[in-house]
Amino acid sequence: MLLGPALGVSAVLFTIGVLGVLIRRNAIIIFMCVELMLNAVNLTFVALAQQLGTDGQVFVFFVMTVAAAEAAVGFAIIIAIYRHKETVDLQNLNLLRG
Amino acid sequence: MLEAVFWVHAIIAIGGALLCVTRRSPVASALWLIVTLFATAVMYVLLDAHFIAALQVMVYSGAIMVLFLFVIMLLNLGDQLATDMKGWFGRVIGLVLGVFVALELWVITSVAPVDQIRLPAGELVRMAADEGAIGMVAQSLYTTYLLPFLLTTILLLAAIAGAVVLAKRRV
Repeated sequence: MLLGPALGVSAVLFTIGVLGVLIRRNAIIIFMCVELMLNAVNLTFVALAQQLGTDGQVFVFFVMTVAAAEAAVGFAIIIAIYRHKETVDLQNLNLLRG
Repeated sequence: MLEAVFWVHAIIAIGGALLCVTRRSPVASALWLIVTLFATAVMYVLLDAHFIAALQVMVYSGAIMVLFLFVIMLLNLGDQLATDMKGWFGRVIGLVLGVFVALELWVITSVAPVDQIRLPAGELVRMAADEGAIGMVAQSLYTTYLLPFLLTTILLLAAIAGAVVLAKRRV
């Protein structure tokens, strides 16, 4: 049974994704770390689907759809910001800091 | 044997994720993320999710990662001279918070599903033989989850329209 190992691996991958979001400032790499976290969640869904039925795999399908939509809109925002500021470094994007 | 293959790809996935987070160049990060996604696809196959594994390779490491690389090259961010890592203070805070997340996840993942709702061993393999690897997912996707499935089409349409509106220049 691979349930325990799969859940452990997905926990590790999710933590690495969180770490990446916390320690990087490049908006695109933060985006990649978000994808990494979504991927870890997908691994959890698939691992539990093996025990509890295929509904988990259907949810992975939905997660992938949302990830694709999120990537498209997110990159549109990043490109729009880059036109104004000539940077994707989050340190220089402090309009909301007051 | 199965477990050995699983662990090899688990290590590849974790190593790729670590390198993805720590590389300075966004292109290198994206390529290491693709390594992680492929290793995860192998784990999906070992967990009897063949259709999801194919989707992972086509949609994730195909379409979405091409979008990443496309934007990196469009904005010409390929060679970063200075690192974009936070300073030691930010790193320590990040590490502490990461350890907390890891501990919480450790508690959650140590819980196994109760035996009453658990399928008999090899049930998914039997279903795949009966209905096909795609059929067993499509069965509930087009019946139980028909409404969410239709709503995702609206989500994708909104995402496409939103991306065009956000990224286009002033006319």
